[in-house]
Amino acid sequence: MIRYISKENKALISELVRTDFKLRYQGSVLGYAWSLLRPLLIFIILYIVFVKFLKLGNGVPHYPVYLLLGIVIWNFFVEMTMQSLGSIVGRGDLIRKIKIPRWIIVISSSFGALINLFLNLIIIVIFMIIGKVSVSYDVILLPLFFLEIYIFALGLSFFLSAAFVKYRDINYIWEVILQAGFYLTPILYPLSKITNVTFQKLILLNPVAQALQGLRYVLITKSTLISKTVFGGGWGQYIPIAIVFVVFIIGVLFFKKESNYFAENI
Amino acid sequence: MDDSVVIQVDNVSKNFKLPHEKTQTIKSAIVNFYSRNKKYEIQKALKNVSFEVKKGEFFGIVGKNGSGKSTLLKILAGIYRPTEGAINIKGKLIPFIELGVGFSPELSGRENVYLNGALLGFSRNEMNKMYDDIVSFAELERFMDQKLKNYSSGMQVRLAFSIAIRAQGDILVLDEVLAVGDLDFQQKCFDYFSELREKSRTVILVTHDMGSVLKFCDRAMFLDTGTIQKIGKPKLIADAYVEKNYEKKIEKNSKNTKVAHISSVELTQDGKNITNYNTGDYCYITLYFSNPELMKIHFGFQIFSNEGTYCFGTNSKIEGMKPVGTSKGSVSLKIKLDLVPGQYTITTATMGENGIKIYDYKPNSSSFMIRRTVQTEGVANLKQEWINTNV
Repeated sequence: MIRYISKENKALISELVRTDFKLRYQGSVLGYAWSLLRPLLIFIILYIVFVKFLKLGNGVPHYPVYLLLGIVIWNFFVEMTMQSLGSIVGRGDLIRKIKIPRWIIVISSSFGALINLFLNLIIIVIFMIIGKVSVSYDVILLPLFFLEIYIFALGLSFFLSAAFVKYRDINYIWEVILQAGFYLTPILYPLSKITNVTFQKLILLNPVAQALQGLRYVLITKSTLISKTVFGGGWGQYIPIAIVFVVFIIGVLFFKKESNYFAENI
Repeated sequence: MDDSVVIQVDNVSKNFKLPHEKTQTIKSAIVNFYSRNKKYEIQKALKNVSFEVKKGEFFGIVGKNGSGKSTLLKILAGIYRPTEGAINIKGKLIPFIELGVGFSPELSGRENVYLNGALLGFSRNEMNKMYDDIVSFAELERFMDQKLKNYSSGMQVRLAFSIAIRAQGDILVLDEVLAVGDLDFQQKCFDYFSELREKSRTVILVTHDMGSVLKFCDRAMFLDTGTIQKIGKPKLIADAYVEKNYEKKIEKNSKNTKVAHISSVELTQDGKNITNYNTGDYCYITLYFSNPELMKIHFGFQIFSNEGTYCFGTNSKIEGMKPVGTSKGSVSLKIKLDLVPGQYTITTATMGENGIKIYDYKPNSSSFMIRRTVQTEGVANLKQEWINTNV
């Protein structure tokens, strides 16, 4: 473990993250502000459509913040996996010409997404203060949910980025899966709108959905349906966590195996 | 492994699968999987390569394009994995396959320095300390806050090089592409090589330029079509390399022309075969040939010193002699040997009427010695006279 966090690796990750961050908004007038503006604008659109027109959030306390948190978490998941997916191929010139640990490329692109998540969370905190959301002591669970989503996304990132080197249609497949995931995760609608318990359970098998509901529960409102309630305290609530570990391990092993041949396959 | 050996390459082979149509979509992967006819060729880039490099050695790897030297370089650098065999490396190996890897045109020169430094394993703090040296060595003080895309290619190379030479490794692997750019820059590269030599760092130099191998290397290896042709002293490798290249040229030419064969070469003075001369002596180099197809041929002579320096060369075409068209015979070159003392070899060739196509080529077709009757050094013994201009 120690050799993975050596001085060289740390320096390299920080430079790569820095570079990505600088390059992302290159040539745009507002620059870094877009990191904050983009989710905010999307939030306004969704707010108008789903809160004002469709009145989806009726009965949910602090629904705007509830919605915004869902969008921010989902955006993070999309951004991290999509960026990592192309990261190995995108850094092909480095891989073919110097020897750097390949995993650093995926990690650094995931850090880019984490920075964005952090900035977005600041906005959420501001909204929470404006909306006078009261926070209970179980916020200490917060890091665990974030960690769950991050590890899940990281496992997928390792798998996708390595697979993308060989099969370039992974890109399109993953986009479709993400689109499906967007609707199958209770982001726009509260989970309680789905009355069938089996469907609720199925939806909560998705680690992102489970973690998102958990985050909403500890941060915003105790009326959020969480795994523990839906599964009635049964072993089913641990399935998403098992999925996270399985995906992570498979992703890392696949990446490790494939990474020996990145240089010649890109 | 012997203590002084820092790189041990043991029976390394590398195969590349070259698909006729690369399966980069899942559909084609499935189709190919079921149709079972894997449409790829196996290209053997390296075949059973074994060698060792000792600590402090300047080791050259020469070969033409496609000889496998770049593949070997990438295997040493850990970028490719060998298909078979093993590699042992003691210490930290730093490869320079290309200058300015990871340079981003949209970032400023300053930002690129830090990024490139990180790729070489330097932290931001270490880079801060080196930054001024790097910039002043590259002579780019005024440009560091401009975007890299506004740099000329020469400026980019200078910047990359001045970062690259900071790298601290036990073993450095340098590719020939380092020596690009103008003469001034090449000189900087060569100075750097000399400096490495003086510090007895372990260096592997991959090149097709025999000149730099002869100049810097302690030992060299000649690679052709993925196999080691020869390992040894640079002079030996240079001979093998030149010979091989001409062999191929002749093979190509002799497909349709089996003509103008050099049968022997003689050095004479006053009609006697002599191989020892004094500086300034005249001698006749006589070339006997057979020319069954009665081609019109020209003749070429080259003189090399024992260290491999190309001292002198001429041919009958550039000297304005009429091409010879007889079936057999000889030509002589009367030459004044204004050379410094030492051992020399003569290379001869027969060429087509245009002076380009080579029919036959004989490196080391004869050799001679210049006795130590003068004390001058270098290659040519130029006519000189000391004059005391003090009153």
